[in-house]
Amino acid sequence: MNLEFSEDQKFVQHTAREFLAKNAGLDVCRKVLESKTATSDPGLWKGVAEMGWLGAVVPEDLGGAGLGHLELVLIAEEIGRSLAPIPFSTSVYLATEAILLFGNDAQKQQWLPRLASGEVVGTFALAEGAGEPDLASVATRFENGKLNGTKLPVFDAADAGVAIVVSQGAQGPVLALAELAGKHVEKTALESFDPSRTLAKLVFCDAPAERLGDGGGAAAIETLLDRAAVMTGFEQIGGATRAFEITREFTLGRYAFGRPIASFQAVKHRLAELYAQIEIARSNGYYAAWALSTGNEELALAACSFRAAASEAFEKAGEEMIQLHGGVGFTWEYDCHLFYRRAKWLSASLGTPSAWREKLIQRLEAKGAALVDDGE
Amino acid sequence: MNFEDTPQEAAFRAKARAWLEKNARLRPADEIAPNLLGERESADVIQRAKDWQTKKFDEGWAVLTWPTEYGGQGLGRLEAVVWGQEEAKFDVPPNIYAIGHGMLGPTIMAHGSDEQKQKYVREMARGQVVWCQLFSEPDAGSDLAGLRTSAVKDGNDWVINGQKIWSTGAHFSDYGMIVTRSDTNAPKHAGLTYFIVDMHAKGVEVRPIKQINGGSGFNEVFFSDVRVPDANRLGGVGDGWRVAITTLMNERVAIGAGGGAGRFKDLLKLARATKRGGRPAIEDSAVRQKLADFYIRSKGLQFTGYRTLSALSRGATPGPEGSIGKAVGAPLGQEMASFAMELQGVLGAVNDRGVSPQDALWQEMYLGTPGIRIAGGTDEILKNIIAERVLRLPPEIRVDKDRPFREIPTGSVKG
Repeated sequence: MNLEFSEDQKFVQHTAREFLAKNAGLDVCRKVLESKTATSDPGLWKGVAEMGWLGAVVPEDLGGAGLGHLELVLIAEEIGRSLAPIPFSTSVYLATEAILLFGNDAQKQQWLPRLASGEVVGTFALAEGAGEPDLASVATRFENGKLNGTKLPVFDAADAGVAIVVSQGAQGPVLALAELAGKHVEKTALESFDPSRTLAKLVFCDAPAERLGDGGGAAAIETLLDRAAVMTGFEQIGGATRAFEITREFTLGRYAFGRPIASFQAVKHRLAELYAQIEIARSNGYYAAWALSTGNEELALAACSFRAAASEAFEKAGEEMIQLHGGVGFTWEYDCHLFYRRAKWLSASLGTPSAWREKLIQRLEAKGAALVDDGE
Repeated sequence: MNFEDTPQEAAFRAKARAWLEKNARLRPADEIAPNLLGERESADVIQRAKDWQTKKFDEGWAVLTWPTEYGGQGLGRLEAVVWGQEEAKFDVPPNIYAIGHGMLGPTIMAHGSDEQKQKYVREMARGQVVWCQLFSEPDAGSDLAGLRTSAVKDGNDWVINGQKIWSTGAHFSDYGMIVTRSDTNAPKHAGLTYFIVDMHAKGVEVRPIKQINGGSGFNEVFFSDVRVPDANRLGGVGDGWRVAITTLMNERVAIGAGGGAGRFKDLLKLARATKRGGRPAIEDSAVRQKLADFYIRSKGLQFTGYRTLSALSRGATPGPEGSIGKAVGAPLGQEMASFAMELQGVLGAVNDRGVSPQDALWQEMYLGTPGIRIAGGTDEILKNIIAERVLRLPPEIRVDKDRPFREIPTGSVKG
């Protein structure tokens, strides 16, 4: 047993942190957030493409870096720390991952090099309005090479040229691949809770599409969602940790009653609790990352646990960040709301914490109580 | 990153398992492990625990991480964890050595003279003698350095007077490790001296404390003119705080997660067996949400522990993650017990092994877990430790730190 990342993996993370510190300060996020027209930061997108991150787990002969998922989750953590205003999570963890997992050779040849180079942005269309997405009740139809239906909200859709669309085929849910250009797809931007990341409504009207490999089926789609949940979870841990660090610094520098507010137990205990919550989530993440990287069947439980824990840790960090900053935390000028917004946006993006908790119990029940390893 | 046994760990696990199968009864998966929080063990149980320990010692399965010269096996912490995981699956006597082996042995190895190490450590490992810790006092709990049990030098002896409290297992212990105040003119942390005491010596009186759960795992220990030879001093005169810190650092590792870890499975069984509105409670979405939350925190604690072990096993100081186990685990245990009793509805009020589900496990746990949240550092003290030592936030303002001890005001409220 060894629960640590290797030196090589840590080096990848270190490189990522340095690159993002230089190229993705919080001002870069803020610029997109405040812009009426920008949907992302194109320079940063180009930069992360050149770093090889968009194709981190894509094989080298398809234009990728040929790294493993243990490297990718560490890059994800750094992306999360920086609040990078780019459609990284949707394009990499969902669209690229889906094509890698389920695409046929022709689809891989056609799309993976373009996704890895950043020339094309991918998105993933699952939800169809209010509530938690549920594969069984997806109404969008995929028949005879045509998609029909409405997807809302679609995360990171603004810049996307291709979408992986969860739809109903003749025998249940399938993944369809559709290009988003052309008159058969109508894209309408929605106001986003985090304006540094976009949301849209996509209406497919006899839109040409192809089935992704022979993939699909509820079980395969669940696996894709589990895998994406782990990678997104690391972004959330990164965001939570950065929010925590900024808040800690602030409380050390802010004086009241003649001493730093970080010296009051009321503040110290809040920070200690937040820290513990983040670390508990992170530990679940290490387990999930191991399961992801080895294809271990534990992924089904680990992804649920980690995703719920990471979502809540980041949300809590955003809330505590504002509270412990006091009045200035509520101003537009301070960066607290950037974290507060991103946390909620990411939580909603793949199913909320309560949805993952429900999924966790379903899977534990399927396993049988006697077989549950409860950490004895 | 690998959560599975290495080939060496797997081989060790198989070897441990084979030895256990030969020497103990495997507990069936559906049998509930006994709840040992604060029971007053009978002499018979203590003797069985001692004999089990000596058997392990004789056959090479005791104090695995200790050096071989002190009766250990010189193995890593990971092997010790593997052993612990396997032993827990068997019906074996309670472990009465958590304090001796987890905290006191390592303290003697760190601060003792060669003579002391030779005399005590190996014998402690063998287990026929049991050790207890004599730290807390009625007026010195969280503020341990405020202790006032006195040690006065008299010839080659020290004479100890005062009262200790919350000493686990003192009633069946042969030796104790005590922190005393040897100088009331020095500031509070500088006037302390640490000793090994014979619990059978004249003037030592052990009285059980009746706990809220009816058990009596803890004791008060009174010292009346107890003579301790200077040869039993551990560390220098006035250096007791430094020695005590070694014990306390090991305590946090030893107590670890405590509380709720390892009880999720039982809670899941309860939720399946209990009805709510005519249907199994587990079909209720509020119940499912709570269960998931408990599972996530339990597993998070387990993996956090593994992270600490990974760091320790490559020789690094345990990271910050080492400090959060008890702070998170202790309240979790209480929350789980409370929730389990709520699941039982009106039966939650029944504490009758014949009637209450799962042999009244949760009633007992709810009465026992408040103690876990206090022993070995309260939730609040642990948060201070995380805040100050891990997060490097400013320490508490201490108005008593630099004054001679005898000038520090005191006060206490009796219930």
